[in-house]
Amino acid sequence: MNKAGERLYNGILKENPTFVLMLGMCPTLAVTTSAMNGLGMGLTTMAVLALSNLIISLLRKVIPNRVRIPAFIVIIASFVTAVELLLEAYIPSLNKSLGVYIPLIVVNCIILGRAESYAYSNTAIASLFDGIGMGLGFSFALTCIGAVREILGAGELFGLALMPESFVPIRIFGQAPGAFFVLAVLTALQNHIRNVRKKAGRSYEKIGSGCSEDCMNCKDRKGCTKSFYKAEEAHGDDGRSAKAGTEPASKGKVALTKPVYLEEDK
Amino acid sequence: MVMDNIKELLVILIGSSLVSNVVLSQFLGLCPFLGVSRKTNTAAGMGAAVIFVITLASAVSGVIYKYILVRFHVEYLKTIVFILVIAALVQFVEMFLRKSMPSLYEALGIYLPLITTNCAVLGVAITNVQKEYGILTGIVNGFATAVGFTVAIVILAGIREKLEYNDIPGAFKGMPTVLLTAGLMAIAFCGFSGLL
Repeated sequence: MNKAGERLYNGILKENPTFVLMLGMCPTLAVTTSAMNGLGMGLTTMAVLALSNLIISLLRKVIPNRVRIPAFIVIIASFVTAVELLLEAYIPSLNKSLGVYIPLIVVNCIILGRAESYAYSNTAIASLFDGIGMGLGFSFALTCIGAVREILGAGELFGLALMPESFVPIRIFGQAPGAFFVLAVLTALQNHIRNVRKKAGRSYEKIGSGCSEDCMNCKDRKGCTKSFYKAEEAHGDDGRSAKAGTEPASKGKVALTKPVYLEEDK
Repeated sequence: MVMDNIKELLVILIGSSLVSNVVLSQFLGLCPFLGVSRKTNTAAGMGAAVIFVITLASAVSGVIYKYILVRFHVEYLKTIVFILVIAALVQFVEMFLRKSMPSLYEALGIYLPLITTNCAVLGVAITNVQKEYGILTGIVNGFATAVGFTVAIVILAGIREKLEYNDIPGAFKGMPTVLLTAGLMAIAFCGFSGLL
């Protein structure tokens, strides 16, 4: 049971998928127009994440290594479809406001990242709690970002008026550009914390830089989170050059994805 | 009748590429947008590959949806089918290009595997279904969306090339500046909403 608690703590705080690992940025930006939407998206993702982690962990001895990625995708897509149908039936309002982003949970790299880096090599219970912890961390982050945008953009929180009447809402925060600005400040804050810690000479092993950049590769990458830490050792411009270098070049697709990044970093 | 169709397609063309830009207002395909936008030529290459794949994928997924999923009443399988079809399609395109059009492969090849997991591709396929577009309309929508992506990524790459020489405060170096730039671009693209 101790293990379960540790996984929850790890997911919510230590390796928070949004604030620390910077994974799954597309839904993070798109649905956080209000705290409620953020929470709904977070919990939906959590359900998919926990269940797919559990099933993948149970099947980890059955799934051959070479076809694991397609197998993961099918499992995840099945759960996403199930969750989508449930939402459509029971919470149609949330389903409507999240729209196309619900089926797009399939390509959310947090889920494939956890399947690949944790569930595929750990026991079922630990994986389940890893999924719940990561899901709660994601929900927490989305709710926070949603709350900031809702307070600034509409002067409300969870639909309740919060700011005094004299407050003029900054509409732009409720719209698309606001999402970029909030995330920019968030990343800057993270960079700042890193700089301060580096100056103090404290090791910064566990907190990384903007992995959001190669979100799309998570699927192809062996152990996204792990390579992420390795990248920190030889921290380049923003982690990418180092990552491309330190990662063992595995076969096929993965190797093909690298030249772009190497070239980009010149 | 024909005029109406053409008008509708034109509206979709402008709407999907400029007004509701795939990256700047729908936040799909953010990862390549932020990741492969350091140089204009790589950005343009990525854009070309995305146009190619999304147009093809929306055609294939449209046909599969209409003639297989709807016919056998299994529309709810669309998410699973689309993601697998797109992944397979990209692999096939890559193999085909490598064998038969080496010069095109040279130009687009390295970007193709990166696109498999691009959420914009799946996003377009699902949007086409949700908005009940026909096959031709779907293809036009896919093409327009991809053009919107290309426009956005090339502009961002151009700005980033200039930003290289600027002195930026410590914490804002790297990603934060790029995100701020993207935010300003999103404001600019809001201006297109008056077009339709």
